Amino acid sequence: MSIAFKVNGQAVRFDGLQDTPLLWVLRDELGLTGTKYGCGISQCGACTVHVDGRAQRSCALPVSQIAGRAVVTIEGLAEGDALHPVQQAWIEGDVPQCGYCQAGQIMAAVEFLERYPEPSDDDIDANLSNLCRCGTYPRIRKAVRRAARQLQRSRS
Amino acid sequence: MSLAERVNVNRRRILIAGVSATGGLICGLPALAAGPDAANVERQLGHFIEIAGDGRIIIGSNQPEIGQGVSTALPMLIAEELDVDWSRVTVRQMPLGIMKTADGFTWKYGGQGVGGSTGLTGNFDYMRQVGAKARRLLIRAAAQRQDLPEDQCSTRSGVVVCGPMGTTVPYEELITDAAALGPIEDDVPLKQAKDYRIVGKAQTGVGVRDIVTGQARYGIDTREPNMRYAVIARSPYLNGTPQTVDDTGARQVPGVLDVFEIQGPKPDEPYAILASGVAVVATSTWAAIKGREALKIEWNKGPNANDSSAAFWRDNEEMLRGKGQVVLDDGDFDTALASAETVVEARYRIPFVNHAPLEPQNCYAHVTEDRCHIIAPTQMPSGASRSAHAVTGIPREHISVDITRVGGGFGRRLTNDYVAEATMISKHTGWPIKLQWTREDDVKHDFYRPAGLHHLRAGVDRQGRVVAWTQRLASASKYFRRPNVPDDELWTAELYPDDFPRRMVENLRLEYFNHRIGVPRGSWRAPAHTANAFVVQSFVDEIAHATGQSPLELRIALLGDERELDYSNHGGPTFNPGRLTRLLRFVAKEIGYERSRPAGRGVGLATHFTFGGYAAHAIEVSVADGGELTIERIVAAIDCGFAVNPSAVHAQLEGGTVDGLSTALGLEITVKDGQIVQSNFHDYPLMRLAQVPAAFETHILPYGDQPTGVGEMGIPSAAPALTNAIFAATGKRIRTLPIAQQLSA
Repeated sequence: MSIAFKVNGQAVRFDGLQDTPLLWVLRDELGLTGTKYGCGISQCGACTVHVDGRAQRSCALPVSQIAGRAVVTIEGLAEGDALHPVQQAWIEGDVPQCGYCQAGQIMAAVEFLERYPEPSDDDIDANLSNLCRCGTYPRIRKAVRRAARQLQRSRS
Repeated sequence: MSLAERVNVNRRRILIAGVSATGGLICGLPALAAGPDAANVERQLGHFIEIAGDGRIIIGSNQPEIGQGVSTALPMLIAEELDVDWSRVTVRQMPLGIMKTADGFTWKYGGQGVGGSTGLTGNFDYMRQVGAKARRLLIRAAAQRQDLPEDQCSTRSGVVVCGPMGTTVPYEELITDAAALGPIEDDVPLKQAKDYRIVGKAQTGVGVRDIVTGQARYGIDTREPNMRYAVIARSPYLNGTPQTVDDTGARQVPGVLDVFEIQGPKPDEPYAILASGVAVVATSTWAAIKGREALKIEWNKGPNANDSSAAFWRDNEEMLRGKGQVVLDDGDFDTALASAETVVEARYRIPFVNHAPLEPQNCYAHVTEDRCHIIAPTQMPSGASRSAHAVTGIPREHISVDITRVGGGFGRRLTNDYVAEATMISKHTGWPIKLQWTREDDVKHDFYRPAGLHHLRAGVDRQGRVVAWTQRLASASKYFRRPNVPDDELWTAELYPDDFPRRMVENLRLEYFNHRIGVPRGSWRAPAHTANAFVVQSFVDEIAHATGQSPLELRIALLGDERELDYSNHGGPTFNPGRLTRLLRFVAKEIGYERSRPAGRGVGLATHFTFGGYAAHAIEVSVADGGELTIERIVAAIDCGFAVNPSAVHAQLEGGTVDGLSTALGLEITVKDGQIVQSNFHDYPLMRLAQVPAAFETHILPYGDQPTGVGEMGIPSAAPALTNAIFAATGKRIRTLPIAQQLSA
């Protein structure tokens, strides 16, 4: 049985094992390697994508549950050369060290800021739980605030 | 290879006929990178610099990038001396470069390998010379073209300026002429620091745009034609082996192609790979994982089936009752202790910990009859080449190693065991193979940071001076099972004799006992410094409190003023304790150390010298009635000499602090019935953003004009500052790591 869904606006079909996590379909089948594998049990968030606009950890999400849905990965976040303000804030804040977790961090932050356009420190603490082994948390926090300000500016 | 040998790779200078190891030209110039750019050979100066027709400068980075920022800092040095605008520079990762010589192999692109925080220090002069010599060749080309003497030419931002008219010629118009000139052998004069336009200023990390757009390629992202995927079911028993393997179920999983045994080392052999097991090869990662799940394996539990953490700690206590190997004996410890007014004593337990890089181990290997191609996230690409050679017998000059971006090193990728595994599987199947480790594989199979039981005693005289000091350590030595390390040298991995407080306490004894538990051990970030700084900085605090002294003033009294002491371990040749004093005073002042805090709130201090760099932490915590710990504020300071890229230095101090705190808060690897207990992040809980205070300041205190490393310096003083703060807040002394639930008890 074929599972049809959309990735970054493109229609795709997957014919393999139905319990394959979305993560491995993205990475191995579609060659979209921006979404990363860190743990496989939804603990670290390196695999965060958007499914119908909601941030989801794709490592334990069977592709069968994605039928008919729209997935956005880190590769689909920018519009051509125009980076998303969160991506821009990450560059301006020189956030990444090894960088492996950052695609997931960004996808989580983008959706978080859609829900919390003016986040407090407590909001950030309660909602951004992706792991960073290199410890870039202080810069992540600053970049989230910077992106929030930028998004506010573009709204007004 | 010992750590000392490894970190010296950057300092070798070997001149082979016609080739300069300092970036000079050779005949048949190698491409800066394989592929289409091989056509641009005539636009390349040496191994590191290419100037495109549109003026873009492509600079090669020869070191593995593990997040420490080396692929930014080293190109910055080249660009500075080359005299180009940083905004025009693109950096390209170089592969392993080795060349066959009469009696072995030598480096083509200079020493390549990162560990021990040496990437920058080992290349500071080398890369500046690369840039300066290239600039000299461009000047020479311009001067020759205009028939002017060289000394009438200079440069300005990518342009040569010549003669009384100030005629300018951009580099991109000179490059082919310059590339045709002979190499410059002798060193050329370098810029003064005051003239730096790029170096010494905060620069954004190279590759950040690729990272935030999902374009950065890590080892795990390797996709090559015809590639199959492999995972290995490794023995869960330390030194165990497969006894019976039923692979019927595995072979029925759609996509599974092959299943076969992998032979690991015997219990007394060095670790070419970590464990014996069964490989599953498939058409996708998921199919390989499912195939492995369907294996039915009975394990031969091996000689370590009864190993356990409980037994380990009991054995260590037992050993400490006896006499160990005295490895250092300054002055007359026994007499000094006997004459002391007060004796302070404590024991500390430091657990095994896992490296846990967020990108789990992986490697691409393609073995053919006479060639081998490796693509790996490694800290030691030459070791990768050696591992592949050991498995295949293919001559090393026919083994190519491409270095990907590394999703965290931390010392895990110093060892190339996963390269050996991938090579074995490719050799066995004849296919190109990407071997993938899962998180469970990584947690359960590692060269763990050694665990140990530390027993400290000190004698303090009536004036509060520490007159006698002993540290007795029973640990699982990192050097156990390394080739060519005799038993009486196992201690050298665990204790660095010239660390504080040697020569600051006159009568000092270090004693060692090795434990042979079957857990593999290796270099975790800042190796023995993580354990020893915790123990020593906690104990100094205990001495201060026991004798009614200020923990700050006692440290300052011990450390003293600036002077160079001998330091024989990695990070020497000297150690200047006064530089720690300076940092300690600074962080103490910033956090307002002298100000009293209400009950349940306290400040702790610690400072440590790590591999040539200096750092200090002041941490403020609050502990609620129920034992809930909140880190309220962190002030961290580093003295890394001259900061080449201040943004990266701050980042390493932030990240190192989080690493030290994360490990102290909740991390330990335990053993039961000959098996590692933990398996993933649910039972190996790395610190999360919510635990890191927003009030977290990092400071660089510059010193002189030579850089030290920064990758490991931020860790060792973080954990003891935390537990010293907990004591100040609660009167509860943490002597066992991790802290975990001890405060709720």
